[in-house]
Amino acid sequence: MNGACGVDLAPAEEVLQRYPAEEASLIQVLQDVHRAYNYLPCDVLTRVAETLHVPLAKVFSVGTFYKAFSLSPQGRTIVKVCTGTACHIRGAVQLLDELCRQLNVEPGGTTADMGFTVKTVNCVGACAMAPVLIVGETYHGNATAAKVGKYLRASGGKADAN
Amino acid sequence: MRIESFAAFEGYVEDARARFAARQSEVLVCCGTGCLANGAAAVAEAFAAALEGAPAQVKTFTKRTGCHGFCERGPLVVLRPAGVLYTKVKPRDVAEIVDKTIQGGTVIPRLLYKEPVSGQRIQHYQEVPFYKHQTRVAMRRIGLIDPTDIDDAIAHGAYRGLVKALTMTPEAVLAEVAASGLRGRGGAGFPTARKWRSCRSAKGERKFILCNGDEGDPGAFKDRSIMEGDPHSVLEGMIIGGWAVGAHEGIIYVRDEYPLAVVNLTLAIAQARDRGLLGSNILGTGFDFDIRISRGGGAFVCGESSALMRSLEGKVGEPRAKYVHATDRGLYDLPTVLNNVETWADVGAILEHGGAWFAAMGTEKSKGTKAFSLVGKVKNTGLIELPMGTTLRQIIYDIGGGVIGDRPFKAVQTGGPSGGCVPEALLDLPVDYEKLTEAGSMMGSGGMIVMDDRTCMVDVARYFLKFLTEESCGKCVPCREGLHQMLVIFDDLVAGRGKGGDIERIERLSRGMQLGSLCELGKSAPNPVLSTLRYFREEYVAHVERRECPAGICRDLTTYEIMPQTCDGCHACFKACPVAAITGKVKELHVIHQDKCISCGACYDACPTQAIRFLPKHEMAARGVA
Repeated sequence: MNGACGVDLAPAEEVLQRYPAEEASLIQVLQDVHRAYNYLPCDVLTRVAETLHVPLAKVFSVGTFYKAFSLSPQGRTIVKVCTGTACHIRGAVQLLDELCRQLNVEPGGTTADMGFTVKTVNCVGACAMAPVLIVGETYHGNATAAKVGKYLRASGGKADAN
Repeated sequence: MRIESFAAFEGYVEDARARFAARQSEVLVCCGTGCLANGAAAVAEAFAAALEGAPAQVKTFTKRTGCHGFCERGPLVVLRPAGVLYTKVKPRDVAEIVDKTIQGGTVIPRLLYKEPVSGQRIQHYQEVPFYKHQTRVAMRRIGLIDPTDIDDAIAHGAYRGLVKALTMTPEAVLAEVAASGLRGRGGAGFPTARKWRSCRSAKGERKFILCNGDEGDPGAFKDRSIMEGDPHSVLEGMIIGGWAVGAHEGIIYVRDEYPLAVVNLTLAIAQARDRGLLGSNILGTGFDFDIRISRGGGAFVCGESSALMRSLEGKVGEPRAKYVHATDRGLYDLPTVLNNVETWADVGAILEHGGAWFAAMGTEKSKGTKAFSLVGKVKNTGLIELPMGTTLRQIIYDIGGGVIGDRPFKAVQTGGPSGGCVPEALLDLPVDYEKLTEAGSMMGSGGMIVMDDRTCMVDVARYFLKFLTEESCGKCVPCREGLHQMLVIFDDLVAGRGKGGDIERIERLSRGMQLGSLCELGKSAPNPVLSTLRYFREEYVAHVERRECPAGICRDLTTYEIMPQTCDGCHACFKACPVAAITGKVKELHVIHQDKCISCGACYDACPTQAIRFLPKHEMAARGVA
């Protein structure tokens, strides 16, 4: 499915032990599993389905419905561009375009070297410093397109994939 | 330590108060998201380190508080008891503050807030216009307390409303909430007491109290600040709600993007349980009520009540038709009350001070106060709380300080993707549920996004359509297909491919979605489109008929050029251009190369001498330049 079969299931087992084996736990389990693997590997989803006694189709339907989940491996550093309304009218589009241009990816995509994944988020609630760019855990407020390279370099990753 | 009775609680409050009163002075460092991003954590650490070594007579405590609201000027530091507000504090300022202000008692003018009009430095935070006009109920303790310390919250009045509620009958509590006139702060404005009463009279032993912390409206962050800055106000409201409707289980659904809210709420729940304010036999009354947290999965539609409940059940968050109310059959088909974070935060204060006190504020049908996040192209962005009925002009000009760069005000967007844009002609509109709805917008979750003349209304409407197209759950056809088709038309409009009849097609699709959609997401989705059409139809016409974007935002319709007579060669545009389309040496005329220019407008916004102008692409093409 995503070529990830054969992953270590131990972290998933550890997560599953913490929750009651019922459908109501599904989202919480997937969130913790996602945190452990940085995505949802197919083997793990099968294991989750078995343990929680939920059909695999339902697990996939939840896994694809919510934005927090990714079914493919993500880059080492996640770069998020807030595209909330306040950021939009203060130039989030320019920021995103420039970021994608420099990393040579589409929004949602991951660089070939697995260094960065570019994501858009609807609103991080930091509207007062719009537009906001988040590299890993670092928030850059009043971000400008001209400084995108600087933000990426500050994260220690490769700044320019071109 | 468990508090076993009302009398013991009174004693506990006295103790906590005495303990905090003994602190001669406090440094309150705002550690809200905005200030943290600007380096507030380092400021707090610097204060803690500097004050540790200070002599005993200057006993000062450093406190990391929730969001003070004035995010624009962060990191913010308030010194108590003097009330001195320092803005944009850096770690290197800390030694000077400790030395001059805390020990020496003199203020440092450079760090004080400067009133932009008069240029005057303002010393006390309550005199700063941003704070002066506010009345805080839901946010009453945010910024004053350390959200990770229940005793601090209790010393500042937390759980007094709960104690009062537990001495009353559930019916009396309902009557008090009804008297307050409180309506849902999530935006729809349903009377809270009526919702509670329906749930109370619903059949069934097991009932649920839910808190909607899935604040998804882009541009709104009041719920986040409440959950992060004063989690006990939410817990207190929910326990009172449980008592009133006869429920024993509460769940707070928190948005996935709000990790700090989860941390602070989790801690608050643990501390409240430890004190006997939550869990079994609350305050020795025999009443049991417990609360747990559920994290959302990052789906906007889960802010809708029935979708939220499906999500709590571990399912895909799809809404259902509402012919049966959640108060009869909600979570797991059991009677459920779902209220917004801010609504729950209001409840404790209403019980403490009485429904009449709350109802004395606001307008005829919208009582009390309302929290807003004031953002966009406004000078003082941040979080505010005001009595209902305050006019947009007061909010944007008196508190917000006006539009950035004193550019012309164009519109204010309220209500998120379900709301609309209110134009300049309606600036004197008193803000309440009814007035905003009449104006074609809605209260929503309190985001107010100020827009200036550099905002294209077609682009704004398209922005919300794109947002909703991604977030529509896809269950019902009018919403799923209607949004998609509208977006196709809007993509054409902004790209200069608009056709005659597009505007009418948009209006027809809007009506279909309003009538046919299953939930409020789809029913209200046309609002941003219809409100911009209502007030800014001319802009749509310009896009369709003349292939022009009057605001100069739609890139496919706009080009930029530098006016030789005004350019002084300051080089600012050169630095701002992300694609190196501008050439020119310092103090010499700069030129934009149209073959490289992507029409982003960064140069236009950066130019200090207004030497750059935008013009329709077809005009430039007619000149033969492009």
